Amino acid sequence: MTAAAPSHSYALPGPLPLDGGQALEGAAIAYQTYGELAADKGNAILVCHALTGDQYLASAHPMTGKPGWWERMVGPGKPIDTDRYHVICANVIGSCMGSTGPASPAPDGKPWGMRFPVITVRDMVRGLVALLDGLGIERLHAVVGGSMGGMQALSLAANFPERAARVLAIATTARHSAQNIAFHEVGRQAIMADPNWREGDYYGHDSAPDAGLAVARMAAHITYLSEAGLTEKFGRRLQDRSAKSFGFDADFQVESYLRYQGSGFTRRFDANSYLYITRAMDYLDIAEEHGGKLADAFTGHAMGRGARFCLVSFDTDWLYPTAESRHVVHALNAAGAPVSFVELSSPFGHDSFLLDVPALDRVVKGFLDG
Amino acid sequence: MAELASLRPDLAVIARQVPPGVRVLDVGCGDGALMAALQQSRNVDARGIEIDPDLVERCVARGLSVVQGDADRDLAFYPDGAFDVAILSQTLQTAARPDRMLAELLRVGRRAFVSFPNFAYWRMRWALMRRGRMPVTRHLPVTWYETANIHHMTVKDFEELTAQLGIAIENRWFFTADREVGAAGANWRAEYALFEVRTARARPVP
Repeated sequence: MTAAAPSHSYALPGPLPLDGGQALEGAAIAYQTYGELAADKGNAILVCHALTGDQYLASAHPMTGKPGWWERMVGPGKPIDTDRYHVICANVIGSCMGSTGPASPAPDGKPWGMRFPVITVRDMVRGLVALLDGLGIERLHAVVGGSMGGMQALSLAANFPERAARVLAIATTARHSAQNIAFHEVGRQAIMADPNWREGDYYGHDSAPDAGLAVARMAAHITYLSEAGLTEKFGRRLQDRSAKSFGFDADFQVESYLRYQGSGFTRRFDANSYLYITRAMDYLDIAEEHGGKLADAFTGHAMGRGARFCLVSFDTDWLYPTAESRHVVHALNAAGAPVSFVELSSPFGHDSFLLDVPALDRVVKGFLDG
Repeated sequence: MAELASLRPDLAVIARQVPPGVRVLDVGCGDGALMAALQQSRNVDARGIEIDPDLVERCVARGLSVVQGDADRDLAFYPDGAFDVAILSQTLQTAARPDRMLAELLRVGRRAFVSFPNFAYWRMRWALMRRGRMPVTRHLPVTWYETANIHHMTVKDFEELTAQLGIAIENRWFFTADREVGAAGANWRAEYALFEVRTARARPVP
């Protein structure tokens, strides 16, 4: 684990056009890099983070002190080898770790709050591409991401086909399903039902909508795990007690775990960012952006041109199940794009992409080095 | 060409027959040995389909473009004529409907190489006649209840099917153990067969 380093910040030179019709003026993107950029700038890999992720990919998080969220995958000698590649990870717009989002000051000097424009995954990608422009990187060796990071990787491939030679999308989807939207709506309603939310205008107050945000995180966290994984980890075991209390304390270990996850999350994440980013994910439908047919989104990658793709799903992921990856693979087949796909077996559900799955390491390394 | 030399004989024949620089789909590509050899020696654009996730992982880890999928279902997602050459090695006998798979193969590929074990090989006939039980042989080592080979066929069966489907046979090769054998008496003498086929005339599959 390397020590926490302050992020670089890139001020966008012009307004960032948004799918909602507005443009974001004066936006900044916070990012981290690992490994040396080659003289020809041909060894850059952009890693896109998930919903509550950040740019601290392979270095300690400055607020929690915890290791980077993908240190097991990214580093010297790791599958994404920083001895070979220059790895870039940027905080998406709308988030709260240094890139412009609802907690950032609006032109009037006050926090944007709910005045911040609704953004999409494609808007996040526009921000990332603006950063690449700023860094002088015309064509990435690869764009890589899991979950929402995979959505950005696919969106980049669909909208900026010339910008990446390889696209690695893990545990992800090209569209949010009704069930995906439903879970997000539960989280958003929990935040907005918290009296401390104050219509999003809580930044100057002593209290933030932590209770609502914690509930949102708890509900979402369940979707990241598998039923078998939860059962193995907690079963019906009780928490620090030998009998049920006949009350509403956290009797069960799984309750205690979720409460801990929820409260820990509120210390590092902004509730309004959670609203905006979940909304962006719900709006994702890459086919819809390209006339309704997903294959048409990838015509820039037909035989012999464009990028090579690799999709990976996990057999216990019920949030973005294998069928969603297959849907993308079939569209890429129809578009004539070179694509690999494998469903890996792992007990950890959606979170598998972050956890110890040796087969994933082999696939990532083989795809990126091949 | 070291990789070519280590290929199974039917795959080595295919590797020699595929012209340089073409687009190839290897259906049931296994660990990708043929694809790797074709990319190295023939500079082809090779894609694969394989049902076994462990084999797919090995293919991807060696840098090949392979999709985990079921050829019975997933060939349908490739456009017409997307490939110059489609390859189906030792897989036709595992298809739910070999006739439809063959037709699909020649929809996505302009021509195809198809290899399969010959159930009329004399050792098969002998084992069946002598013992009265489904043969378990060097080339088909799995018992009848475990085998993925659900549609055993013979050289004659395959030739008849191609005639029914309006498929032209361009070339044929026969093998026993690791040797190529002549075409004479192939339905007795060949342990497995390899055919190069293409569509002669359009005829819908029933």
